Amino acid sequence: MRNLGLVLLLSVLVLTACGGPASAQPSSAGSQRTIEDVGSDTIVNLALAWAEAYQKIRPDISISVSGGGSGTGLAALINGTTDIANASRKIKAEEIADAQQNGVEPYEIEIARDAIGVIVHLDNPVQQLTLQQISDIYSGKIINWQELGGEDRPIVLLSRESNSGTHVYFLEEVVRLGQQANKTLFSQDTLLLPSSEGIIAEVRQNPNAIGYDGLGYITPEVKTLAIAPQAGGEYVKPSIDTVNNGQYPIARPLFMYTPGEPQDEVKIYLDWVLGPEGQKIVGDLGFVPLH
Amino acid sequence: MNASITEHKRTSLAEFAAERLIRGSGIMAIVFVFLIFAFLLREGLPAFTEVPLDNLFSARWYPIEEYYGILPLIFGSLVVTIGAAIIAMPIGLLTAIFIAEIAPRWLREILKPLIEVVAGIPSVVLGFFGVVILSSLVRETLNLPTGLTAFTGSVILAYMALPTIVSVAEDALDAVPRSYRDAALALGATKWQTIWMVTVKAGKSGILTAMMLGIGRAIGETMAVLMVTGNAARVALEPGALFMPVRTMTATIAAEMGEVAQGSAHFHVLFAIGIVLFVITFLVNLVASFAIFRQSKRSARLLS
Amino acid sequence: MSRFAIQRLGIGFLVLVTIAVIVPIVLVVGTIVVQGLAAINGEFLFSAPRNGMREGGIWPAIVGTFWLTIGTAIFSVPLGVAIAIYLSEYARDNRFTRMIRLAIINLAGVPSIVYGLFGLGLFVLALGFGSSILAGSLTLSIMTLPVIISTAEEALRSVPQSFRTVSISLGGTKWQTIRKVVLPNALPGIITGVILGLERAAGETAPILFTVAAFYLPTLPDSLLDKSMALPYHLFVISTQVPGMPLQLQFGTALVLMAFVLSMTLIATIIRSYYRRKRVW
Repeated sequence: MRNLGLVLLLSVLVLTACGGPASAQPSSAGSQRTIEDVGSDTIVNLALAWAEAYQKIRPDISISVSGGGSGTGLAALINGTTDIANASRKIKAEEIADAQQNGVEPYEIEIARDAIGVIVHLDNPVQQLTLQQISDIYSGKIINWQELGGEDRPIVLLSRESNSGTHVYFLEEVVRLGQQANKTLFSQDTLLLPSSEGIIAEVRQNPNAIGYDGLGYITPEVKTLAIAPQAGGEYVKPSIDTVNNGQYPIARPLFMYTPGEPQDEVKIYLDWVLGPEGQKIVGDLGFVPLH
Repeated sequence: MNASITEHKRTSLAEFAAERLIRGSGIMAIVFVFLIFAFLLREGLPAFTEVPLDNLFSARWYPIEEYYGILPLIFGSLVVTIGAAIIAMPIGLLTAIFIAEIAPRWLREILKPLIEVVAGIPSVVLGFFGVVILSSLVRETLNLPTGLTAFTGSVILAYMALPTIVSVAEDALDAVPRSYRDAALALGATKWQTIWMVTVKAGKSGILTAMMLGIGRAIGETMAVLMVTGNAARVALEPGALFMPVRTMTATIAAEMGEVAQGSAHFHVLFAIGIVLFVITFLVNLVASFAIFRQSKRSARLLS
Repeated sequence: MSRFAIQRLGIGFLVLVTIAVIVPIVLVVGTIVVQGLAAINGEFLFSAPRNGMREGGIWPAIVGTFWLTIGTAIFSVPLGVAIAIYLSEYARDNRFTRMIRLAIINLAGVPSIVYGLFGLGLFVLALGFGSSILAGSLTLSIMTLPVIISTAEEALRSVPQSFRTVSISLGGTKWQTIRKVVLPNALPGIITGVILGLERAAGETAPILFTVAAFYLPTLPDSLLDKSMALPYHLFVISTQVPGMPLQLQFGTALVLMAFVLSMTLIATIIRSYYRRKRVW
């Protein structure tokens, strides 16, 4: 096995050395325009799919995509190090102020919509919850599935890291039920996982767990709960239809921000993103297209 | 005579330059340590003025709402590290004894590189394993609410610390003179008694160094811990704390630094956590270096 | 119980513990190799990721790690070897030397994530390199210095004192002695140290998180100031961030990374044992 590794390494080294850094790319640095696109992990896979598809139509444009969270993207926008910031929440007033201080005027474009699904293990008998119940679960008031008609199991709370727009949205609209004055926090027992995928992986394995994730991430290996806005209301599962007709209560717009109104190649790219081709990809990835 | 040699040396300009460069390079090691500390201070000290101290030393970490309590993070790092030490120290010592004192030569030649292989496995790979396999194993066998716990992190860290502990401790045992053992055996002690009453005692300081170096490695580990410990910032002063999720200092920096606006209070607090980490590892290494075990060859390399 | 029975029990216990240490290691390495081999083919190694990384290969990450390793070597090898020469050939046992040694021990103990913070503070922000191969290589270089210094110094010290005495007595200057006698004899040991240091650089994720790593880049980097993908970060990304990632590709990436790092260990071991056998003193 060790010899195989060695052969592998040597062949890689030799090939790299022969090829040099630019070998796989036809064009040189001069003619290549790079667009930097940084931000929300919710959007990163969508941004990646767009970048890949756009690469096929416009091989002369290279789009560099990074994740890290909405905060990361907006921080990069404020610091002037990116062309596009992806955000799964609206930019905050302080962030706009910071940007203006650096001479950057953030320009907002809504690029798609996303529903946040609340997910549990497939074997969990619980089918539906109200927003109030979810809030009580995540603030630590309900700690056993029995209280919700499930089995006698402790509830393990899973959340995204606090730098994700999904986390902030969930805090404001679900944990605090959209009430400005409500200062409820996530229970300290909440596990903060570094990624959406981490949440899916844990929910898939762990019958005690509850998590939330953007619709685009949810796989059939976990159960998506139906949610009612209040007790006695209609329980609705997230889908493109229920998001577009406003029935599903936890849905939000996704944004891209640019420093000032987009110009030249960035504008052409964003027009393509908002056009039929770009929006088709939105649907393919499980998000909700704008039209 | 002496003077003429000196004269001859000075005539070669290249030689003079080379010697100067080399003499100058020595100080670079010190410069880097100061640079690291200076930059941590530069970005981290403002945290102590921007954030009230009672907030900074509280038990709630939730930076987006300006709760900057670093106690749960220090607690998390401590729990994971102590857990790793409890697992790795006895196992490492016993394995080192087996390799140094009992295993036949051929077996030793197989075991030593096999254990050192672990030092070469990148921590992301071990973290990946922790997520895919170990976490559900821990949850099911220990019947815990979740497998993403401090314990899961400790197990992985223990394995990462083992190569260091085993190699350095084994070197220490190896360096105990043959005559000590022969004397004990000649006095009628069994091999087992000799090991514990003579060899291990004589190699004590080297073994201590091995432990400290292993622990030093465990405190600073980042990626594997970020992936498997669940990252819930919580001070749980109860016996079961090892089997609950924790959030460590290293994981917090790795998870949050990408997000923060440069120059914000949050940014500075993350650097302040870096200062805490730097100081802790500095102290651990200082202690280890007092007891440092000099003769060994591999221990020097495994210092890293 | 007789003391011999205790001995038998004790040794039996040691055997059990050792088995408990070895078995998981073999299982982990074995699983990665077996599962990973299934993913490895020409396309996997030599093409860029496609379809949101769920298909295609890891070529940009391999290239990124390769350049980072080279970049690290360029900065850390000359400096590390120079410091080692200083410590073994010039330094007297005084306060200053002890401070240098303490500094090196400390550099060795600084957590990798703290190197990441330092690199972010100094190279990315203060010096304005941005998140780039340059900033990442410099960060990794400082991290690898202690390994290179301590192994190289040990190699230099293992050259017998008599070699130096002979060279000096034949009229060689101190520098000539170092360059023509000590260095060539210590070279295998130094190379081993360099490889072991670089191996650590190649496998680390934490220091490159904020200094160089990119989630996805369609093109390979073509300047020192470009961001780059890198194998360890790529593995972190695909095992935590990408939905519906085929397990096979994750194992494949883990295998390539492990093979990359462990083959460096292997080369170092071979060099070491080859020259140890050839050594005449």
